[in-house]
Amino acid sequence: MEDIKPQLFKVTVDGIEVEVEPGTTILQAARKIGPDVAPPAMCYYQPLKGSGGKCRACLVRVAAGSAKDPRPMPKLVASCITPVQDGMVVENESSPQVLEARKGVVEFLLINHPLDCPVCDQAGECDLQNFAFDHGAAQTRYEEDRRTFEKQDLGPYVQLHMTRCILCYRCVYTADQITNKRVHGVLGRGDAAEIGTYIEQAIDNDFSGNVIDVCPVGALTDKTYRFKNRVWFTKPVDAHRDCPTCSGKVTLWYRGEEVIRVTARKNEWNEVTEFICNTCRFETKKTSDWTIDGPTQVARGSVITANKYRADLEKPSFGQRLAAAQYKPIDDKRDTSQLSIQQLPPERFAKAE
Amino acid sequence: MTTETNNTIQFTPERLAKANEIIARYPEGKQKSALLPLLHLLQEQEGWTPAEGMDYVAELLNIEPIEVYEVATFYTMYHVKPVGKHVIEYCRTGPCCLMGGEEVFAHLKQRLGIEAGQTTVDGQFTIKEVECLAACGMGPVFQVREKYHMHLTNERVDEIIDELSK
Amino acid sequence: MATKILTEHVAVPGIETFDVYRKQGGYTAVEKALKTLSPEAVVEEVKKAGVRGRGGAGFPMGMKWSFLAKPEGVPRYLVCNADESEPGTFKDHYLMKNLPHLLIEGMIVSSFALGANKSFIYVRGELMYVIHILEKAIAEAKAAGFLGKNILGSGYDLELVVQPGGGAYICGEETALLESLEGKRGNPRNKPPFPAVKGLYQSPTVVNNVESIATTPWIINNGGDAYAAIGIGRSTGTKLISASGHIRKPGVYEIDLGVSVEDFIYADEWCGGIRPGHKLKAVVAGGSSVPILPADKILTTAAGEKRLMTYESLSDGGFQTGTMLGSGGFIVFDETACIVRNTWNFARFYHHESCGQCSPCREGTGWMEKVLHRIEYGHGHQQDLDLLVDVAKKIEGNTICPLGDAAAWPVASAIRHFRDEFQWHIDRPHEATQPGAVYKGDMAASADRLV
Repeated sequence: MEDIKPQLFKVTVDGIEVEVEPGTTILQAARKIGPDVAPPAMCYYQPLKGSGGKCRACLVRVAAGSAKDPRPMPKLVASCITPVQDGMVVENESSPQVLEARKGVVEFLLINHPLDCPVCDQAGECDLQNFAFDHGAAQTRYEEDRRTFEKQDLGPYVQLHMTRCILCYRCVYTADQITNKRVHGVLGRGDAAEIGTYIEQAIDNDFSGNVIDVCPVGALTDKTYRFKNRVWFTKPVDAHRDCPTCSGKVTLWYRGEEVIRVTARKNEWNEVTEFICNTCRFETKKTSDWTIDGPTQVARGSVITANKYRADLEKPSFGQRLAAAQYKPIDDKRDTSQLSIQQLPPERFAKAE
Repeated sequence: MTTETNNTIQFTPERLAKANEIIARYPEGKQKSALLPLLHLLQEQEGWTPAEGMDYVAELLNIEPIEVYEVATFYTMYHVKPVGKHVIEYCRTGPCCLMGGEEVFAHLKQRLGIEAGQTTVDGQFTIKEVECLAACGMGPVFQVREKYHMHLTNERVDEIIDELSK
Repeated sequence: MATKILTEHVAVPGIETFDVYRKQGGYTAVEKALKTLSPEAVVEEVKKAGVRGRGGAGFPMGMKWSFLAKPEGVPRYLVCNADESEPGTFKDHYLMKNLPHLLIEGMIVSSFALGANKSFIYVRGELMYVIHILEKAIAEAKAAGFLGKNILGSGYDLELVVQPGGGAYICGEETALLESLEGKRGNPRNKPPFPAVKGLYQSPTVVNNVESIATTPWIINNGGDAYAAIGIGRSTGTKLISASGHIRKPGVYEIDLGVSVEDFIYADEWCGGIRPGHKLKAVVAGGSSVPILPADKILTTAAGEKRLMTYESLSDGGFQTGTMLGSGGFIVFDETACIVRNTWNFARFYHHESCGQCSPCREGTGWMEKVLHRIEYGHGHQQDLDLLVDVAKKIEGNTICPLGDAAAWPVASAIRHFRDEFQWHIDRPHEATQPGAVYKGDMAASADRLV
């Protein structure tokens, strides 16, 4: 069999080149390069069709639209929904304009957020916490009252905290695409919009629990895990079971010997690719019910990763800095023009005085 | 179209005929497009859009009730809570204010003894604040159901209220 | 300078009926187009006319038409945007109420040009009485053989549907309008894909403003070149201006693009000047979302030339000293108007009308409104003005649809041009919150004019 290779597009993100298939979004291209250049995503969720474009966390600057038309795009674009063009040059964190806009987005998302992280079950695995840590300012300029909502009961499994919601619509897409019937949706509009069922009723079907996993913040949390523990004290273990309704592939969260929570497995972008049923999630919490696969590869966004919040505090040692300052490329007069090595400008190697 | 239903609220035969006519306007499979006109029809019949009525509309269009609730709460014209017999929707936006709208509508509220968003105890009047009604040159403006009342003054407001109270 | 392309027969009694409209030469454009022209030829005439989108964006209509994708076997749609909700704008209301057949004639010609067999007129729901007028007019046109199957024996079929909105400014944004027309919440769509490729029901769609579509009968009858001969440069033809505020004669006026702003305000033919005993303070020239300009800047450009009512002249100087023609919602303020209160009012409008989909607009519009409300009611802080400018900057350009920009511009421009008035509210809250108190500073005093 012969492989027909589609013509690939060359895209540059923050100075790093990558080849992707036509139709790929900027965000996916950046993810292909790696976590360091991937823009943050609060509403985009790759497994959910139609998601993205709403939170504006992933805004990037397109410095050159394509090889054919190398003009920059006039506005920042949402990388999660903008398809790449051949020869596109994208600036993510290398653009001060992007960083400024993201700082704005963090501030907007937080002005009406209750900041009740100390009592929020999502704390420690919250996309908003991570986003604010990476891109936000230390202080808010907002002094008005924060918005509040009437409490709503969504049944025995799912706890709704509307004040924490950032209206990413992920749970709405989940209900549309994963479950057979949607009973909750976005009601009202503007900043009064809220997730709800209108007539108070439980969200009741086999896959409803997945809204908890897709929620980027603590708006939808697991009632059976409520106030049980902090995520950083728990130990995640991959496990599976023979489930008649779903794949049965889960992550068990242990406190000591006890399984205190079951979630679907998340990939390195914190996305669930195999959704699980409510029986696995809420009703099957004994180790004996499961076959253990091994320790979970901890997601990048999790506080369980070593030193997640300490990266900035670690300064390079004096030795490292000295070595960096004295570094000189080897000049052996060879022709390197064919090797596509990017020559760095000499001032980069100038000794610090 | 669905003919059998358990809903407590249903269209009258004439309105059902009208509803079916509206539904037939759209291409095959795109009947959801009839949602906004049908909600107007429901409101015309009931005076507001009660949940049972919205469930009925969902049934007619073969969609989930939540899809109707989402839409009804998004648009400001649908009264999702009961309202008085006459709903006075006055424009609070800039151009009407320039024409003295703030004073006129203060008078309106004083005359009826209620604030915007409230209904008089006799259930006759509800006042709602709305944004621009596209009649800026004729301001101040309010709307009572379908009718526009323009170039309002305190006296004109009194006349209209008297007229409606009869 | 008073060509009447749209409103020539507006005063004829009974013009809203088919018979009278027909007697005044109505529907001749349909006859001409369907019997003698190809769809491509109609598009060509509209391109030649250079008519620009009258809903506010000013994008050339012929160009928009030529972008329409035409895949085989997929229906195409024309949707008329009659969701006129921009504060200060009421021309479409006027046009549809008085001349329903002009819009219908335009819809037939335009639909023919685009190859659409089912076209929609999306009218804001508040104008239910106008919807009834349009529906009646459509029935008349259908009875006369101008709508339905095989129109005038040309083999072309067209059905017109009038769709009521439900009360949402955002549905004036074309993709939100399409969502609403599909029976959903009016959340603007992410672009691309654009409606020309995937619009209504995922089919290629053109969305045009009422006034834009209403120009097509005249263009077909008189030719695109004749239309392009009116106006100045790329601002061709005539424009309906909705004049409101502190002027003697508020109303809808059809002007040749190129009339000077000064003439428009002071000539008896149009606004007739500021109301007696008052002075001009500021103008919002194109609907509430465009930047507000003080008297001196609206009358003359930064270069000292007379400012004209054209797309180019009004935007001369960028946002530093210029504004935009927008939808032609011309709101005039005299010295009794408080700019702070008005800015708060507009901010409240955008806060109320934000769909809530994307975070900068959902949160930012509410924030701006709250800060402006505080300043207006005497609780402003020194840092509030910089805060507002910064918030506006962070909304602008970072949202899914232009509502974010529309919310940011009035706030940013009011502070740019009337900072001292805002400062007065912050510095002297007791004075500023007195009933009827308006800043009497020296702002732009030299340019104020007594009428």
